Amino acid sequence: MVITPQRNIVSRTWGTSVGKKSVMAVTGGIFLLYVIAHMIGNLKIFFGIQAFDAYSQHLREIGEAIFGYEGVLWIIRLVLTVSVVLHMWAAFSLWARAKKARPIGYQHRQSWQGSYAARTMRWGGVIIALFVIWHILDLTTGTVNPLGGDDSAYMKLVASFDRWYVALFYVLAVVALGFHIRHGLWSAIQTFGQNSALKQNALKTFSFVVAAVITIGFAIVPLSVMFGLVG
Amino acid sequence: MKLTLRIWRQASPEAKGKMQKYVLDDVEPDMSFLEMLDVLNEKLVMDDKDPVSFDHDCREGICGSCAMVINGTAHGPQKNTTTCQLHMRHFSDGDTIDIEPWRARAFPVVKDLVTDRSALDEIIKSGGYISVNTGSAPEAHAIPVDKVSADDAFDAATCIGCGACVAACPNGSSMLFTAAKVTHLGLLPQGQPERATRAMNMLAKQDELDFGGCTNVGACHEVCPKGIPLASIAQLNHDVLGATLTGARSD
Repeated sequence: MVITPQRNIVSRTWGTSVGKKSVMAVTGGIFLLYVIAHMIGNLKIFFGIQAFDAYSQHLREIGEAIFGYEGVLWIIRLVLTVSVVLHMWAAFSLWARAKKARPIGYQHRQSWQGSYAARTMRWGGVIIALFVIWHILDLTTGTVNPLGGDDSAYMKLVASFDRWYVALFYVLAVVALGFHIRHGLWSAIQTFGQNSALKQNALKTFSFVVAAVITIGFAIVPLSVMFGLVG
Repeated sequence: MKLTLRIWRQASPEAKGKMQKYVLDDVEPDMSFLEMLDVLNEKLVMDDKDPVSFDHDCREGICGSCAMVINGTAHGPQKNTTTCQLHMRHFSDGDTIDIEPWRARAFPVVKDLVTDRSALDEIIKSGGYISVNTGSAPEAHAIPVDKVSADDAFDAATCIGCGACVAACPNGSSMLFTAAKVTHLGLLPQGQPERATRAMNMLAKQDELDFGGCTNVGACHEVCPKGIPLASIAQLNHDVLGATLTGARSD
């Protein structure tokens, strides 16, 4: 009997289009959980400078007894970095596959069938990636922040969003994030095989609600600074 | 009705094609889309010109031959309808209609609107079957099937393999087709022995044939003349990921 050598689970997964999508679904799920926690943290801005800065400090002290100062924070950063690399690697690989699959396009512009959010996933993802780079330089390292890196988190945030174009860019980015989550969450559920004709509308509504809550939860912060509610 | 048609004309697979304009003066609203093309071809033949090549067979919406993208939509504007069952009353006097072939690397143009869709046959060959011994057919009612599975399997089995899903997909993916076959066989008791390897092998073949990957856009379901549910793709994903995790193998 001939036994063909079995590939290991990593190459089995990465070797198919659905496997790559499952990697995107898992890493996307990690981002989603992170983004929800991040949003809840951000909303402490409405409880004043002490609450917000204490939260920022607390992030560095979680699990200090075991992992040391900023230990947990760096573990989270590492997991997110690995996730973003895998997520984008799989996305670009599938993007290239899609380009290859239709070398000659249609003369008559195709009417937009299916989801708008789905068709903006790729460029929306690029916008979010560019935003995240700016966001880290602005509010984490302070490189492009008017106050620099060492000021309080609250002051840095207010100083940054006092520039209307930064606040606007932030709002546009979280709207792009909302679209990304709206399709991404539903799509991840479908990729894990948990959709059915009966559940589909409910799942899409669920994804929309999650996306809307996250978009509003994030956008409300720069808007409040812009309109002077927080300062 | 007076119509202006712009049709993709391409003499051979290698030839460079282009959109060619034709004007038809006397189109009846009761004609089917293919009958309208028959009228055009009759005219072209009378004028000693090369008629437009297009695929067609049953003309009653079940063979899956008639394949054309009409004004940017596979099978045209009427939902759940093949091109042959589309009637000219859905167009208005004076309309310009663009007619193009399915566009995908896996579906090379043979001539004009005719594409070679044998890639779909290759996907079927890689797992779209159940293995049974021929000879004495068992009593059909000997194996119970629950109503929901029977209905869902039947819905998936209505796929006629026309390839509209590929034509409409922004990624050029045949996922809805493959998913329909996997769902149809995977929901029934007779399909269980090969269920895991079927999903894996059919997807591997689809990937190998240069179809794109699915991003759950849903354009396939919108144009599908049989309305195959988008959720069939979840069934395929479910079976593929199960097979990936367990390392299912067919030899």
